[in-house]
Amino acid sequence: MQTKRTIFSNKRLPYLLLAPQLVITLVFFIWPALQAVKSSFEREDPFGFKTTFIWFENYTRILQDAAYLNSLGNTAVFAVSVTVLSMGLSLLLAVCVNRVMRPGRIYTTLLVWPYAVAPVVVGILWWFMFNPSIGFIPYILRGFGISWNHRIDGNQAMLLIILAASWKQISYNFLFFLAGLQSVPNSLTEAAAIDGAGPFKRFWTIVFPLLSPTTFFLLIININYAMFDTFGIIDATTSGGPAQATNTLVYKVYADGFVGLNLGSSSAQSVILMLIVIVLTVVQFRYVERRVQY
Amino acid sequence: MFKTLSIAAFAATMSASSALAATEISWWHAMDAQLGQKLESIAEAFNNSQSEYKIVPTYKGTYAETLTGAIAAFRAKEQPAIVQVFEVGTGTMMAAKGAVKPVYELMTENGEPWDTAAFLAPVTGYYSDTEGNILSLPFNSSTPIMYYNKDVFEKAGLDRETAPKTWAEVEDFSKKIMDSGAAKCGFTTGWVSWVQLENVSAIHDKPYGTLENGFGGLETEFQFNGDVQVKHWDNLKKWADAGLFQYGGPAGGADAPAKFYSGECAIYMNSSASRAGVIANAKEFEVGFAPLPYYEDVISEPKNSIIGGATLWALSGHSDEVYKGIAKFFTYLSQPEVQADWHQFTGYLPITNAASDLGQEQGYYEKNPGSDVAIKQITRGTPTPNSKGVRFGNLTQVRNVVDEQFEALLAGQKDAQKALDDAVAGGNQILRDFEAANK
Repeated sequence: MQTKRTIFSNKRLPYLLLAPQLVITLVFFIWPALQAVKSSFEREDPFGFKTTFIWFENYTRILQDAAYLNSLGNTAVFAVSVTVLSMGLSLLLAVCVNRVMRPGRIYTTLLVWPYAVAPVVVGILWWFMFNPSIGFIPYILRGFGISWNHRIDGNQAMLLIILAASWKQISYNFLFFLAGLQSVPNSLTEAAAIDGAGPFKRFWTIVFPLLSPTTFFLLIININYAMFDTFGIIDATTSGGPAQATNTLVYKVYADGFVGLNLGSSSAQSVILMLIVIVLTVVQFRYVERRVQY
Repeated sequence: MFKTLSIAAFAATMSASSALAATEISWWHAMDAQLGQKLESIAEAFNNSQSEYKIVPTYKGTYAETLTGAIAAFRAKEQPAIVQVFEVGTGTMMAAKGAVKPVYELMTENGEPWDTAAFLAPVTGYYSDTEGNILSLPFNSSTPIMYYNKDVFEKAGLDRETAPKTWAEVEDFSKKIMDSGAAKCGFTTGWVSWVQLENVSAIHDKPYGTLENGFGGLETEFQFNGDVQVKHWDNLKKWADAGLFQYGGPAGGADAPAKFYSGECAIYMNSSASRAGVIANAKEFEVGFAPLPYYEDVISEPKNSIIGGATLWALSGHSDEVYKGIAKFFTYLSQPEVQADWHQFTGYLPITNAASDLGQEQGYYEKNPGSDVAIKQITRGTPTPNSKGVRFGNLTQVRNVVDEQFEALLAGQKDAQKALDDAVAGGNQILRDFEAANK
């Protein structure tokens, strides 16, 4: 990788230039994170009149709680499915659009649209389509003998939020994949074609490895998206139900903290969630990045 | 040109500031659609009736969101003067002594009339502390009733004026309705936790929790896994499998109203305050109103149902001037005319005896058959400790646990006994947390 060095004559100037970014990070990220760590060791009534320091009781309680372990499992299933589905589909779409040259722009615009839709609106949209009593998809499925009721069937509910969350993310992935594909030099694929490599072989041995930086970047973004940003979609479609079947870690933080007003437990959960994401990102950078060719 | 503009601007500022001279009183509420519009018109009528105070109502989302929002605002010292809190949040608010200005204190300190006996007995019972003082102003109290589709009843060969009285009849009627093809489903319900558990317990005089359903203190434990409740949930599961009953979703049951409005389900159990919405939406058919069903082999004379809905809490940390305004506004709200209008429009109970009497005098109940079902149901018989109501801390969370267990039951993961046992165990854990945080 290239490094570029700028020499500042004034020693203070670089810090001054960095200051706005640092202040924002401190005020909006580090400070709240520390607050969460602090209140994760406390038990407090909702109004904040009485605060008791209780060491690790919030943590031990959470880790023994079947509902919490269940939401951990849900999150794993959800994050992996959303990442695989949305990245797989958007790669397919990007490859297709990359092949058609002229109307590519129209397809691109159409495919990017979902990204402009707010998460809650996405949730409502899918809620309507799959609503057991008024949605048209359960109506069609009934014709095939499938009874759709995600209010009762936990697996169907999970499928629903995976579909909704993936749909929302496809646009973003698609843009990056398309940009990545367009930067693959044609000469390489042409040379391979002359050597007799078929389209599939060309894709897997030349294009895909060259896309690896994009894929790696998207992998991290998508996992973070599935773990953090899907709150609105879950809230609007299933609200974590039925019987906790779609309660993910981030939704549970909200439900326990903001609805249940159990701030200590909720903070402890968000600290654990933060640790999980830190560990995941470190692992990805240390082990997966080695296999990425820039 | 510039001069005239600046004079106009100056005049505008002046008039705006003279309007601002009235003391503003913020009121956070959770009433949407028809109810929200009605509430805003009440605030406006009060503002027009005098010039010293200005009530500023703000819609804050669902009941749970309004409560959470108010608490968050309190922590940030930005709390509204008045907040509407649902009955489930009563335990939480009562425990937060420093956060509220008890309404009986507020009224006497500001020289406004205040008579506990003016309110309907079940309302007073539900919202008083152990010394018999009312801490928040009852505003919109409701109780669940049964709505039914008269046209579907007739199509199924049933009498359109006869609602099912008992659960056995609900089952029987639902079967006839389904077999005749008059509707696809017999009945649905909003608020499973409130209607199909808390009220089922009260109506059959069975305890929901120890220490008089939580009225006696924080050391209470749940007891709603008794025979009657288990039998009822067992039936609901059986009826759901047979298609007689359709589940409308957790908490309020977002899908339930649509099932009834569209004619898919013939019977619908929900708050008496759903009345305005039912009447506005049931355009294709005529609606009947009836009390909730009961099991005749358990109790021959069903007890009163219990309260839902919300009260208005004055929060602490405001100026005397604001409290004076709140007291004036509360007096305005308690007037029979205002109460009766609100009650008749929304289906909420008339909070005061005077409002109820006014409705009688106006002949409202005769002109609108079924509009007195809720008030008759909630005032029937003598309330027992089991039917007085429920008061538990963190009841919102407990209701979530109840919903989850109900969903697990419907999905066939466990039987009714196990589902209710698990709900009791989960609920007790939440009660212990509340006790620990508020001791």
